[in-house]
Amino acid sequence: MHNKTIREILNDLASGEYSSREITSSLLDRIKKLDPELNSFISLTEDQALAAADSADSARSRGEAKGLCGVPIAHKDIFCTKGVRTSAGSKMLDNFIAPYDATLVKNVADSGAVCLGKTNMDEFAMGSSNETSYYGPVKNPWDTDRVPGGSSGGSAAAVAARLVPGATATDTGGSIRQPASLCGVTGVKPTYGRVSRYGMIAFASSLDQAGPIARTAEDCALLLESMAGFDPMDSTCIDKQVPKYSESLTDSIKGLRIGLPKQYFNADINSEVGTLVDNALNELKNAGAELVEVDLPHADLAIPTYYVVAPAECSTNLSRYDGVRYGYRCEDPKDLKDLYCRSRSEAFGDEVKRRILVGTYVLSAGFYDAYYRQAQKIRRLVQQDYITAFEKADLIASPAALSTAFKFGEKTADPIQMYQEDLYTIPANLAGLPAMSMPCGLIEGLPIGMQFVGRQFEEARMLNAAHQYQMLTDWHTQSPSEYGSAK
Amino acid sequence: MALTPDEVAKLAELARLSIDSKDAESTASSVSDILHMIDQLKKVDTSAVAALSHPMDLAQRLRPDEVTESNQRDEFKKIAPSVERGLYLVPRVIE
Repeated sequence: MHNKTIREILNDLASGEYSSREITSSLLDRIKKLDPELNSFISLTEDQALAAADSADSARSRGEAKGLCGVPIAHKDIFCTKGVRTSAGSKMLDNFIAPYDATLVKNVADSGAVCLGKTNMDEFAMGSSNETSYYGPVKNPWDTDRVPGGSSGGSAAAVAARLVPGATATDTGGSIRQPASLCGVTGVKPTYGRVSRYGMIAFASSLDQAGPIARTAEDCALLLESMAGFDPMDSTCIDKQVPKYSESLTDSIKGLRIGLPKQYFNADINSEVGTLVDNALNELKNAGAELVEVDLPHADLAIPTYYVVAPAECSTNLSRYDGVRYGYRCEDPKDLKDLYCRSRSEAFGDEVKRRILVGTYVLSAGFYDAYYRQAQKIRRLVQQDYITAFEKADLIASPAALSTAFKFGEKTADPIQMYQEDLYTIPANLAGLPAMSMPCGLIEGLPIGMQFVGRQFEEARMLNAAHQYQMLTDWHTQSPSEYGSAK
Repeated sequence: MALTPDEVAKLAELARLSIDSKDAESTASSVSDILHMIDQLKKVDTSAVAALSHPMDLAQRLRPDEVTESNQRDEFKKIAPSVERGLYLVPRVIE
């Protein structure tokens, strides 16, 4: 049962092959058996899951099944879930029981999906390897000596290990697409504003966006349909009809223009990754797509721009953790300042502190214009590059990550090296564009992903092309041997 | 831009963090590395470019001035570290 995709589960539930309770129990057992090694979940919500499965089964028997009725999923532990710990991977929120549901959580529950638990992540979504989690790193199911990527490493690893067919995640600079690439699964970062951020613990508010991770583009389309939509509680959520992404997947891609940025397809690309992405592009070309060269002249400035904007917003957002209203509080504070300083210093990890310090610096008087204002201007140049490139192309392709999964500890000593991980993914966040990663090959037994970036609100076109690619190839069906069909 | 451990300590104070003295050197060095990396932005001529604070160039949405949420004071107090008679407790601020 654990090898089924969301689409297959929906078909099986409809035909009565098995009930939601049966698949829910079976996956919960599988998680209890395999996850102690992988560490992809922070919390399991077994009782709530079984109750939700039962109500999904009875809704189905009454003929009231909708959307994802009865499908087991997991939420990244960055989404508030009423009555359930919502930690954001941090000691700061280890004791935080969310008093309300995030809009995304509510939307997914309203569509009938069954949440099995909350997945592990880098602390406050700051990391590219899951090594900054307070709950310990997630292991990559393809090789447990290696990282799953981050920050949504728990969601990506759980889907890759067939613990759950789909999971929610968030992406501020690549946190859906890079772990999807490293774990051999499909992940979508929608257009900024497509999915509500209400109840999603904030990292960098102008960049954060929630999206799905699943095994196929079709499953991501189904999940995104249930997640997306206007929400008056999020002032940046866009009031725009959510298309039926799953209904345009089979459209022909004949004549689709796929842009290849010359800044990425050059001598610096990892040659094995480049070969696999080229192969994938050839498949798409054979299916009728046209490949065109595009120019993103400011591509090399995306990482430095991001490392001004994201820390600036993070230092502001994380100032709310004061040890007073919720979250961690130090013992015996001697005065208010001591309460703030010690609560924050004892509960935030090194990477979070580092980003708060950088953010505080770039926003401080005297440096604001030189760093923050300048970064915002360059952000516009990056966005303009895409607007121009999209005159020649309908989608832009590149690798999703620099290479396959790296070993634990390999990049922790040098933050700058870790930051390079998001070279291909960061520009889409700066420009607010939809983007996705899908598996396109294996290098020495480890998966690698190809990325598509689309125009604003053109998730449908991107998912269509990805689905067509997945109809022609079987990279998305590959599973890590220990966690696939054998076990 | 390289920061000294003292400058980082000052920065930490502004952010209400305290850096352990044994970590002062390494924190100063990693923050300096990041500042060095972002310094390359200064080379770009942006005199004719408008700042982009938000990818969608949105205007702030307004809503009717109506009560839409119920009072959840008790719910929120339940998750606070220290509460007395419905008030958040903090160390004495005014002597």
